[in-house]
Amino acid sequence: MTVPAFGAVRRRVPPSRSRGLAARLRPIAVVALVVPVMGVPLWLIVVTAGKSQGEALSPDLSPPARWRLGENLAQVWQQGEVPAAFLGSLLVVVPSVALVLTLGSMASWILARRTGRLNAVLYALAISGIVLPPAVVTIVLLLRQLGLAGSAAGMIGVYAGIYLSTVIFFVTGFIRTVPLSLEEAARMDGAGPVRVFVSVILPLLRPVLATATILICLYVWNDVFYAFFVVGGRLDTLPLNLFQVANAGLYLNNWHLIFAYIILMSLPLLAVFAVAQRRIISGITGGAVK
Amino acid sequence: MPTGQETLTRPPAARGAPGRRQGPAGAGRGRTHPMWFLAPAFALLFVFFFLPTLFNFVYAFTDWSSFKSDIRPAGFDNFGFLLSDGTLVASLRVTVVYAALVALFQNLFGFGLAVLLEKDTWLNRTARLIFLIPVLMSALAVGYVFQALLKPDGSLNDLLSAVTGQPVTVAWLGSTTWTLVLAAAIHAWKWMGLSMLIYLAGLKTIPEDVTEAARIDGASPWQAFWSVRFPLLAPAVTFNVATALLGSMNGFDIVQALTGGGPARSTEILNIFIYRTFGQGLFAQATAMSLVLFLMVALLAFPVIRVLRKREDIT
Repeated sequence: MTVPAFGAVRRRVPPSRSRGLAARLRPIAVVALVVPVMGVPLWLIVVTAGKSQGEALSPDLSPPARWRLGENLAQVWQQGEVPAAFLGSLLVVVPSVALVLTLGSMASWILARRTGRLNAVLYALAISGIVLPPAVVTIVLLLRQLGLAGSAAGMIGVYAGIYLSTVIFFVTGFIRTVPLSLEEAARMDGAGPVRVFVSVILPLLRPVLATATILICLYVWNDVFYAFFVVGGRLDTLPLNLFQVANAGLYLNNWHLIFAYIILMSLPLLAVFAVAQRRIISGITGGAVK
Repeated sequence: MPTGQETLTRPPAARGAPGRRQGPAGAGRGRTHPMWFLAPAFALLFVFFFLPTLFNFVYAFTDWSSFKSDIRPAGFDNFGFLLSDGTLVASLRVTVVYAALVALFQNLFGFGLAVLLEKDTWLNRTARLIFLIPVLMSALAVGYVFQALLKPDGSLNDLLSAVTGQPVTVAWLGSTTWTLVLAAAIHAWKWMGLSMLIYLAGLKTIPEDVTEAARIDGASPWQAFWSVRFPLLAPAVTFNVATALLGSMNGFDIVQALTGGGPARSTEILNIFIYRTFGQGLFAQATAMSLVLFLMVALLAFPVIRVLRKREDIT
């Protein structure tokens, strides 16, 4: 059954008279809420990122005397080592997400289709990482023993270990709603498990994988905590860089540069979101297929 | 996806649905659904998740540090030290309060937004998108933004001064009691868009005729909402409360960027302590705290999820 998540045409219920006023006040309430709650912080970012150092010394909401957003972004780009950090982020995010999605879907297929005690235990273990916090300190020790300390490979492994649970939870839930008969039809035609998985299951998983991709990208792209322990000082990622420069004296009293950096760092995700927002929202709200 | 229909413990299909038992279970599955498909994922999980967790139970009881090369067993010394100087209890308390407040705020905000923005109008759809922007932003960035906003000479005080007509200079981030509450509210601010989406999804899965039936039976809109629709949202509540509560126990970025654990370590949640101690080279102490965090989340996860799920079963 297909349930369109947003923009759904809903049956009109005749509005009773008492709700007329509330209905008319509601749009006003929405605007009155959005402007202070979201408008003020977001405006502060843009305005401060557009100011000179003197004006931004104490960030306030007044517009800059002269907008210098472009110059500030350029300055951060050069001084903040953004290109290197951007590459570092990509180097970690892309393989982690690819790995987590592939291996996660493979495992989910089996976990969703098999029954029995052992399977239930395995499923519980596989999704335990959703709530249990990773052991950040001993991961460092382990990576040292494996010879992966401070390397992108180690970081990718750590992210995979943390976020596989999330993928398995979502994908397993999704596969359980896919009728078994689809697989059986392919099996009748002589397809082995690999064929069935690649040509029947994987294509069906597209909506859930799209959402999982967004969620994992979101977590990994913005992560600073795990990155600090695993690759801190060895490999630059965007959030790690922001953290280090904001902590070090370099950006002290340089709010305009910090906020310019924040804009630079958020742009890739915002761009992806702007392009694919409808699909992302319907994916997260689980509207696609039930 | 987190439709709010699925929850953290039992997969939806395992709720005793009779239609589940298609085909021969067990015997034939070895060929059609081979176990080796599980191997790569579980290998990664084992090496990078379970093994470090097991290490936690070992190295928390050693004297591992950056000051010497060998690692010796040290019994309960680390815990004794952390207990005696009060950091263990203080950090635990701060973390639990923080997590409880985040869960409360994030769900109140998310639920309020979902109800407010439920109708699919142009304005509401735009507002939903705007509320999702902080979800995409880095938590670190959110912390810095609010640090700038809440400074004694920051924009919030400027705004309040303009509104009240007299100079306001509240040190929002300087209170040893209320700064923690503010930090939790900011954490909730960042994630409320996601909670909103999940509550919206939950509201949409409730068929219109259920509410209509209630109205025909003479229920007021208020009654229809709270006694008919709200209980049907229980799965969404479970998902949102459990993820917000247990997720924020593992929080770091927002508080670190906002206060760095201050004032007077009153916002030093466990992960900030771990980060600080690790930076000082006291690895075993950091590990001991990491183990405390793990045990606390593990102990809380089961009762929290069970209590929330029980409410679902009644409905």
